[in-house]
Amino acid sequence: MDTCINKIREIALKLLEKKEVEKVIGFGNGTIPMATSPIAVTSKQDIKKLVFNSRCGLNLANYIRNQKGKIAVIAKGCDSRNIVTHIVENQVKRDQLYIIGVPCRGMVDKTKIASLFEDEILEFSEHGDTLEVKSSLKEEKLDKKDYLRENCRLCMHKNPVIYDELACDLVEEQTFDTPYPDVEKIEAMDPDTKWQHFTDLTKNCIRCYACRNACPICYCPTCFVDESGPQWVGKGQNETDVNTFHFLRAFHCGGRCTDCGACVEACPMDINVRDFTRKLNKDSFEMFGWEAGLDPTRRPPLDVYSPDDPNDFIK
Amino acid sequence: MGNLLEHMGIEKDRVHFSWISSAEATKFVDVVKEISEKVRALGPNKKLVKDYN
Repeated sequence: MDTCINKIREIALKLLEKKEVEKVIGFGNGTIPMATSPIAVTSKQDIKKLVFNSRCGLNLANYIRNQKGKIAVIAKGCDSRNIVTHIVENQVKRDQLYIIGVPCRGMVDKTKIASLFEDEILEFSEHGDTLEVKSSLKEEKLDKKDYLRENCRLCMHKNPVIYDELACDLVEEQTFDTPYPDVEKIEAMDPDTKWQHFTDLTKNCIRCYACRNACPICYCPTCFVDESGPQWVGKGQNETDVNTFHFLRAFHCGGRCTDCGACVEACPMDINVRDFTRKLNKDSFEMFGWEAGLDPTRRPPLDVYSPDDPNDFIK
Repeated sequence: MGNLLEHMGIEKDRVHFSWISSAEATKFVDVVKEISEKVRALGPNKKLVKDYN
């Protein structure tokens, strides 16, 4: 994956030199090892700041709305699906974008890696599928495939679905007999165990809304949690309010979530917010044969009526 | 939505969806009776309830 970056920089340079785009939205190094942050590059000398590695877990589709002029954006599989969702939802026009597609080999679970060390990680580098992580106490060589994020491990759309130019060769897609093993595990529980599972899951939530802010499809001008007239949900740490927030946020993502994992990536408390959204993804797939962001010409299932819609729930 | 509530641990019989026309009084009565019986069997709901005291 390291080799992609040269091609990405080359494309970015070409676009900025020809003034085809105002800016290139990509990833830059963060302030601590393992961290990356979204950056917008507008000048040639800043192109070297662009990076692409297995720590670029955020979703760049979140940064393409409300931009003036034409912009270039670097898109992994999931980013490209969110770009499609944006096009379908009229948040951006296709001709306003130059999409630099990057077939993705998965992003690493930073928390899982950090948990191997007792102290702070000082250095992180990757060579192909080997990760080298250093702290002041020890140095570890890890196999990347053992440390992939859960959503990347189960990813079925590694290649961008929409792009103007590719930065490296397409990768082989995975298929699974059971694409939603995590959801099935929860579905098999009895109601009280399920409730306990979700209560335990969200008990550390500090309501910082990082999950919502990192989410490319959470773009309402005023989120329901910020609304004060009427106030839909309390703002404190009350267990019911916390669960209501997570439940409703997930429901707003129904049929739109691409399981990019940006919410989990952004969560400072390491809450697997995907436990909520994955259920809706599974339902969308089973009830409507739908996976979000694959086709810019199709409307999402909760957006259209069809006489064939499943309606067993209504009596 | 019903599915997600169920997924979170709200019992299936607690949430009902129905379409009843204003002209279907008997259907309304039947549905309400059925729902009442099912919910009574489950007992009071303690999940997603906010205690203001």
